[in-house]
Amino acid sequence: MTRRVAVTGLGVVAPGGIGVPAFWDLLTAGRTATRGITLFDPAGFRSRIAAECDFDPAAAGLDAGTTRRADRYVQFALAAAREAVRGSGLDVAAQDPWRIGVCLGSAVGGTTRLEHDYVKVSARGSRWDVTAPEAEPHLHRAFQPSALASEVAEDIGAGGPVQTISTGCTSGLDAVGHAFHTVKEGRADIVVAGAADSPISPITVACFDAIKATSTRNDDPAHASRPFDASRDGFVLGEGAAVLLLEEMEHARARGADIICELRGFATFGNAYHMTGLTKEGREMSEAIDHALAEARIDRTGVDYVNAHGSGTKQNDRHETAAVKRSLGEHARKVPMSSIKSMVGHSLGAIGAIELAACALALRNDVVPPTANYETPDPDCDLDYVPRTAREATLRSVLSVGSGFGGFQSAVVLAHPERSTS
Amino acid sequence: MSASGAGGGRTVVTGLGVIAPNGVGTEPFWKAVQQGRSVLGPVTREGCTELPLKVAGEVEGFDPSGLVEDRFLVQTDRFTHFAMAAAELALEDAQLSTDPERPFAIGVVTAAGSGGGEFGQGELQQLWGKGPQFVGPYQSIAWFYAASTGQISIRGGFQGPCGVLTNDEAGGLDVFGHARRTIGRGTDAVVAGATEAPLAPYSVVCQLGYPELSLAAEPQRAYLPFTADACGFAPAEGGAMFVVEDESAARRRGARTRAVVGGHASTFTGTGGWGRSREGLARAIRGALEEARCAPEDVDVVFADALGVPEADQAEALAIADALGRRAATVPVTAPKTGFGRAYSAASALDAAAAVLALEHGVVPPTPNVTEVRHDLDVVTGEARAVRLRTALVLSRGLMGCNSALVLHGHDGRR
Repeated sequence: MTRRVAVTGLGVVAPGGIGVPAFWDLLTAGRTATRGITLFDPAGFRSRIAAECDFDPAAAGLDAGTTRRADRYVQFALAAAREAVRGSGLDVAAQDPWRIGVCLGSAVGGTTRLEHDYVKVSARGSRWDVTAPEAEPHLHRAFQPSALASEVAEDIGAGGPVQTISTGCTSGLDAVGHAFHTVKEGRADIVVAGAADSPISPITVACFDAIKATSTRNDDPAHASRPFDASRDGFVLGEGAAVLLLEEMEHARARGADIICELRGFATFGNAYHMTGLTKEGREMSEAIDHALAEARIDRTGVDYVNAHGSGTKQNDRHETAAVKRSLGEHARKVPMSSIKSMVGHSLGAIGAIELAACALALRNDVVPPTANYETPDPDCDLDYVPRTAREATLRSVLSVGSGFGGFQSAVVLAHPERSTS
Repeated sequence: MSASGAGGGRTVVTGLGVIAPNGVGTEPFWKAVQQGRSVLGPVTREGCTELPLKVAGEVEGFDPSGLVEDRFLVQTDRFTHFAMAAAELALEDAQLSTDPERPFAIGVVTAAGSGGGEFGQGELQQLWGKGPQFVGPYQSIAWFYAASTGQISIRGGFQGPCGVLTNDEAGGLDVFGHARRTIGRGTDAVVAGATEAPLAPYSVVCQLGYPELSLAAEPQRAYLPFTADACGFAPAEGGAMFVVEDESAARRRGARTRAVVGGHASTFTGTGGWGRSREGLARAIRGALEEARCAPEDVDVVFADALGVPEADQAEALAIADALGRRAATVPVTAPKTGFGRAYSAASALDAAAAVLALEHGVVPPTPNVTEVRHDLDVVTGEARAVRLRTALVLSRGLMGCNSALVLHGHDGRR
């Protein structure tokens, strides 16, 4: 018998919304959390705006030892994982730990702390032969991205498959997708799935400056992330984490869990074209959408909302519009499609998981979050992007897509626990 | 869970490519492994010589330009050079390339832990030494962990499912499980493996926090697992890539099978002490054997994790005993990596490569530098041992707490 996968808990650390209620409030109000960078002095950089989290580790229940040991992105993940487990009502101590897994994504891992310490050991970049003594004792945990899943697994008490996925901007979708397959194929009954990144540091901002991928609307940060709008000029870097607690359906039902939604399909393909470039036709993203829908056994007309990658680069928005049209055909014109990056920015590997949390909340609340800042249509982007205001809608199933680094294209399908037929 | 691919068939290894400190290319690697040659030596990389780490396994004489085009080399770090070169060797070995009619049929998965450290350090120096505008456009694609998978996909035109596992040392075995399951969902072949290049100065500084790192100065005594002199592990660079393929797809195109991927399982026991890895590793072994439908008696050789830390070595010996029962005391156990070091997530990929070659040649290679074994294991030391081999068990544990086991069969090891 085919195993099914329920989402029974959610946790979010997002710019402008720490915790699920604040996050959902931000999205449904259509507020933006983009602002001038405060995490470091951005003078001299091309893009000086970001979507930052006002995160207080102590308020999130993290003790001083954890805060010292764990990099910022790991702290986000710990907070989100604890919120997801708490909300699920799962008594973890009563479970078989060997049947609990963790699968978390991150695009850049501990690079923020790596940079921070690099500055110390290199006398501010003045020499190649760095010195050892100034380095922090936990620096190896920043160097080793598996620290992400490892810290969360220890915190939760997981003993099953523990994985960290680093596929650039699709890391979040891919981590949740692999976690979905881990439960569906029987390697675990419960998986803490999600992603985290805290990339707002000089080196990462400089990286995106160098390829002119980020917005330079420095004088108007609140309106800088403008997916699908004709006046968009790049993405706005963000940070954060989200965790979805995935649970085998019968396991969830047997304990009377509140089933938020069902995870139904996942697929990922590469464009084999360019590390940061996209093909015009969107064929590979379309392939991912088709495979995810096929696995979900959901017809394209059953999709009631598309959560877009919607980064706000011209190349992406056109590519993605083409891909959705290619897969959904005429139905694409009837489906609302929005980008929450307009509000919370693009947190690289984390955003895919944050977007899946938004999809789960959309299914739960029958509300489609808007694309903030969308004012002027681009003739090449002619779908319904849900401008500025959230919209009520009866949702059966939703599709979330992601695209980016390495040419990777991913798609995840979630469904309402009762409404969607199989 | 079924061990079979989409067509109900097995998953096989049809290609192998190795770039290791003891050999650039699969044949030089195997020759050195079989002879038990030790190439551990002083760290010579520019900027590294004054650091407390004294011994490592460096890849010498590696020139990727004969295998990979310059346009890829300029935009990537050494770890991706290793990955692209090893992938090219594996693809040549498997005689596999993209069919333009079916571009989604081949995927890529790599494991990585240290990323593009040398490239990244160079760009950090540009940024902090000169200013933001001196950071080059390739930093965004060279530093991060996904670089190798992305570039292998682009170079080969592989549009199938792409993955990147940053699962500590165990990742080099986890790619086999990942590849096999990807094939089970309908992909014909996956280019899979792991490479690392952790010997840039700042990368070395980052590793100094690992209490398991050996700071010994004498190469022959720096990495001595299972002995009373165990004092940690010596790090290394390099790695191995494989072509993992659905057996029926391989047969259709007339490819040679080098080994069969029997089973894989992984567990987690955290970083709170190596004693905990005993139960986790034993469970991973049992899971992998179950998936391969093997009994403990079927295991002909064990490629050990061999961390070189007394508590960890003891836990591994006990895990083997727990999982294999009576077979544990008689099965040959080996750790060729004591001759060239432990290349983080690539260490277990190199072990898998050595296992494929051992199965083909019917030879258990020795554990260089190791003589007096203090555990109740038949560790092969000194000379290689000729044995009929059908099934190999490869073990790995990571510094962040993951444990993995992989079962490989020889190409005629049908079960």
